[in-house]
Amino acid sequence: MAQIGYSKEVMEHFMNPRNVGVIENPDGYGQVGNPVCGDLMEIFITVKEDKIDDIKFRTFGCGSAIAVSSMVTEMAKGKTLDEAMLITRKDVAEELGGLPPQKMHCSNLGADALHAAIKNYWVKIGKIKPEEAEAGEESHEGEEGESCGT
Amino acid sequence: MCGIYLDYQSASPLDPRVAEFAESFLSSDFGNPSALHSRGLAAKAALEEARAKVAKLINAESPESIVFTAGVTEANNLAIRGAALRSAAKGKKLLASLIEHISVLNPLKDLKKGGFDLALVPVDSMGIIDLAALEGLLSKETVLTSVMYANSEIGTIQPIKEVSDLVHEKGQFLHVDGAAAAGKIPIDVQKDGIDLLTLSSNDLYGPQGAGALYVRPGVRIQPVLFGGGQEKGLVPGTENLYALAGFGEAARLAKLEKAEESQRLQAIRDGLIKEILKIEESYLTGHPTKRLPHHASFRFSRIEGESILLTMDAMFNIQVSTGSACSSRTLEPSHVLLAIGLRHEQAHGSMVMTLGRQNNPDQIAPTANATKKTVERLRALSPL
Repeated sequence: MAQIGYSKEVMEHFMNPRNVGVIENPDGYGQVGNPVCGDLMEIFITVKEDKIDDIKFRTFGCGSAIAVSSMVTEMAKGKTLDEAMLITRKDVAEELGGLPPQKMHCSNLGADALHAAIKNYWVKIGKIKPEEAEAGEESHEGEEGESCGT
Repeated sequence: MCGIYLDYQSASPLDPRVAEFAESFLSSDFGNPSALHSRGLAAKAALEEARAKVAKLINAESPESIVFTAGVTEANNLAIRGAALRSAAKGKKLLASLIEHISVLNPLKDLKKGGFDLALVPVDSMGIIDLAALEGLLSKETVLTSVMYANSEIGTIQPIKEVSDLVHEKGQFLHVDGAAAAGKIPIDVQKDGIDLLTLSSNDLYGPQGAGALYVRPGVRIQPVLFGGGQEKGLVPGTENLYALAGFGEAARLAKLEKAEESQRLQAIRDGLIKEILKIEESYLTGHPTKRLPHHASFRFSRIEGESILLTMDAMFNIQVSTGSACSSRTLEPSHVLLAIGLRHEQAHGSMVMTLGRQNNPDQIAPTANATKKTVERLRALSPL
């Protein structure tokens, strides 16, 4: 049977999101999405011994956008930065017991926000150049039928 | 905690009196109205009784001007395609307001692909159609103009009589989608000057799967489906006797009770609006006074509508609706909210409440409180 509505895990994370908030003076900060499209996520990290020591998020968006943000912070916490860079949108969706098809792309930006925060940190410590931080992410828009209309 | 249902517009419960009235047509009184034996004749009589009751609700000239359909989408398609194609020899221009329901807009867009010329008339920031723009766009070649009686997302009621006067002076036929308005406010097709009017059964607490198109005597339309000769050949297929008999009874009850019920709901609705607008950065969408009596619609800045709907449901057991893009299949924000001039990010934060029979004044305070807590919760999560 086709899944109806959101999975139990999505609703659980939506109703009880983990790691909500702001970190003052974070080691890394990433923001993805656009309020015009209905989704905006930001992730703050602190790094200790090359691992994600603390992580917080804030999200404007639908149920899946909030659940995805919460889940990705749970998945990333305690991982080394290289490990955290390997977390994909698909991994997050799977951990959440799946997302409705129309949400797989638009509202599934948690991994992108995490990667942006890590790259922001790497730029700060001189590990990568700023232009390298821009490359390599899946685009937010561009898939057929999923433009946000602006 | 007992739930509070505030989404009557998307589905209403069957009135128990209607259920009792119509039930027998599924079992002991079953029959095909086209059959000539006694069972068929009894079914036909029940169908015609329903037709007369629906005709009375809107003061139609005669029961014969009511064509039964399987619902609003079918009635809107029949009106748009049926009238445009029938009159194509006289002109190929079509007009509609920007805020019509998709079951009006999509058949119009399809006709445009087939060579018709389609223009959409703007509305003001409260959702009222721009009459001057309408007048400017109308011509004798405008064979069909479609303007809804009232909008389901923002509740705004259109000046239908003025629209009708313009259409009949400068163009040809006027179709009005009355699905959201019928049973809530008086509709008189003769006084209002309506040529084609769409009606819904479920919005009157009748069974789902039934609707009607009023066709003013003398207005010619053609079928969009082909088959048997039912409904004057306009809607072929054996009639859904149970649903249509129920629709008729629901229409009869609506005619008797709508004035009092609408007044009762309006008082609750006004209370809700007053309380909910106390929330910081909350705004009413649609017209403050020219609006359906059971309808309240809002937008809240910095948060998103699907999250509002889910929180209200999961945390407070209150069911509402939203025009947010994220709740739609297309991921596009509501065309209605964009038409009234909201920016995309504003249109994302919408919430719609439509009231009905099971609502009462005691629900105002808990609903307003739940809305406040929902907005606060989501704003605490929001980076905006």
